[in-house]
Amino acid sequence: MKTSLTIAVSKGRIFKDALPLLEGAGIVPIDDPETSRKLILDTNRDDVKLVLIRASDVPTYVDYGAADIGIAGKDVLMEYEGDGIYELLDLKIAQCKLMVAGPINATEGSANGLRVATKYVNSARRYFANQGKQAELIKLYGSMELAPLVGLADRIVDVVDTGNTLKANGLVPLEHIADISSRLIVNKASMKMKHAMVKRFIDSVAQTVAQRNS
Amino acid sequence: MSVTTNDRWLLPEGIVELLPEQAQHLEQLRRQLVDTFYAWGYELVMPPLIEYLESLQVGTGNDLDLQTFKLIDQLTGRLMGVRADMTPQVARIDAHILKRDIPTRLCYIGPVLHTRSSGFARSRAPMQVGAELYGHDGIESDVEILRLMVETLKQAGVENIHIDLGHVGIYRELVKEAGLSPEQEVTLFEALQRKAKPDIDACLEEWSVNQSVRSHLAKLIDLNGDRSILKEASEVFRSAGESVRAALNNLIQIAEMAERHIGNLPLYFDLAELRGYRYQTGVVFAAFVPGQGQEIARGGRYDAIGEAFGRARPATGFSTDLKTLVGLSQKALPDTAGIFAPAVEDAQLDNKIAELRAKGERVVSMLPGQSGDAAGFGCDRLLKQGDNGWEVVSS
Repeated sequence: MKTSLTIAVSKGRIFKDALPLLEGAGIVPIDDPETSRKLILDTNRDDVKLVLIRASDVPTYVDYGAADIGIAGKDVLMEYEGDGIYELLDLKIAQCKLMVAGPINATEGSANGLRVATKYVNSARRYFANQGKQAELIKLYGSMELAPLVGLADRIVDVVDTGNTLKANGLVPLEHIADISSRLIVNKASMKMKHAMVKRFIDSVAQTVAQRNS
Repeated sequence: MSVTTNDRWLLPEGIVELLPEQAQHLEQLRRQLVDTFYAWGYELVMPPLIEYLESLQVGTGNDLDLQTFKLIDQLTGRLMGVRADMTPQVARIDAHILKRDIPTRLCYIGPVLHTRSSGFARSRAPMQVGAELYGHDGIESDVEILRLMVETLKQAGVENIHIDLGHVGIYRELVKEAGLSPEQEVTLFEALQRKAKPDIDACLEEWSVNQSVRSHLAKLIDLNGDRSILKEASEVFRSAGESVRAALNNLIQIAEMAERHIGNLPLYFDLAELRGYRYQTGVVFAAFVPGQGQEIARGGRYDAIGEAFGRARPATGFSTDLKTLVGLSQKALPDTAGIFAPAVEDAQLDNKIAELRAKGERVVSMLPGQSGDAAGFGCDRLLKQGDNGWEVVSS
């Protein structure tokens, strides 16, 4: 049986930023995900396939071994609770910050503590606990910026890139939680059973990352 | 929260029931393994399903505590736990109850319960099976256990096994050299398990660890691959402390001996793989198969655990989950065969049936007025009244 590699990537920014890294490793997708509706993309190599999934599903696919390798943001990895993945490389792409944000004249919140709306429940819980602050977390799946405007929450925890969306909604970044960038993750079993192939891929990606950031 | 009729039949997450065919398969394998362990000289023990928490968790660290279901003993008011791992129980049997001076080989099969689904099969109720060898600290006992693990997987019909070998002693000694605080050590350990190089580098930098130890620790995560990395590791750790090199040598010797004994299984080495680190003390190993994202069996040396029971004994062992193995088995169950007996009250028929059953045949008695034929009961033959009494004929 010929060994093959399945690489899980999320559509959008991470996919775009990851393309040059994959190309550095000699992998070029044949279909364009923006126009194609396929979820599995063939590449120029018949032993490498790309699967396109939601960003927050990437660690799950890799943990269960449905994909050997994945490209996932640190924000997603900090939320993920499984332990079947290696987080080998900082790809230094899709860089942004995980931050607490709130209205410009934010007060300290009510006596019962802060109400915080976020997609990143685990990271937010850990952060506020470390700060010794009580926070009531409200899990949302998108458009977090809306929450403080309609009185759903006092603060939000979200990834911030340019800060334009915050500004447009009258919010400002308040506290820095973590620097975020995309990581190369590998399934533990694939790392062992497809070692030669996985290692070759990682080494060439690492090389490209180093060149681009030198 | 009220339970609706629709929810009444829901099983808790991670809990499954085995239906006839799977149950039969599992039971067959269970019997086969007990016989195999017996043939290798391992004695079967049956530790209790629940016991007081203190003894259940001796020497195993925090992870097992979180994995253990707890309840109060109504008689004494003490906290009891449902076993999440039988290994400490078996170690207690060896150290505290058997108290033999000779090497002791024990094996066990039984259900355990986990609060959170994890590891093999993502089940919360695995059927743990394993074997432990106490009282010998040489590489020979480690290799015996490794071979028995491979044999167990083969008997179960699991194919394409890959073996992963590591040694927790290398990391443990390096951490000692680095002089990390327990808290720092936990952070580093956690990053190392993710092989998160950026995180590891950042930690070592922040704690201003001595340069040579730092480079040794940082190189650990790259030391994985085939046999050649052992040679590479010898180079890397040339300047490391004596105990680091001793641990590496121990691993090299085990690898050489294992290669002689388990034939052509692919061996893979990973010096940063520290599964069971809290109680393992020497070599650690695991088995992987294609298509499974997690190891399916694991084992290694854990010399310190008996200490808490009053008697430290060298110990090495492995365990796996029978339910996982049945799921991975490539072995087909033999077709069910059987003899369908008519619903007739006749002493001669009774005798004939008893005779057939004693020979190991499966005989299903028809019930008066029932529906369904021989095939419906998995029978390929019938009992018929012939000239010479009751005869078995094909259906």
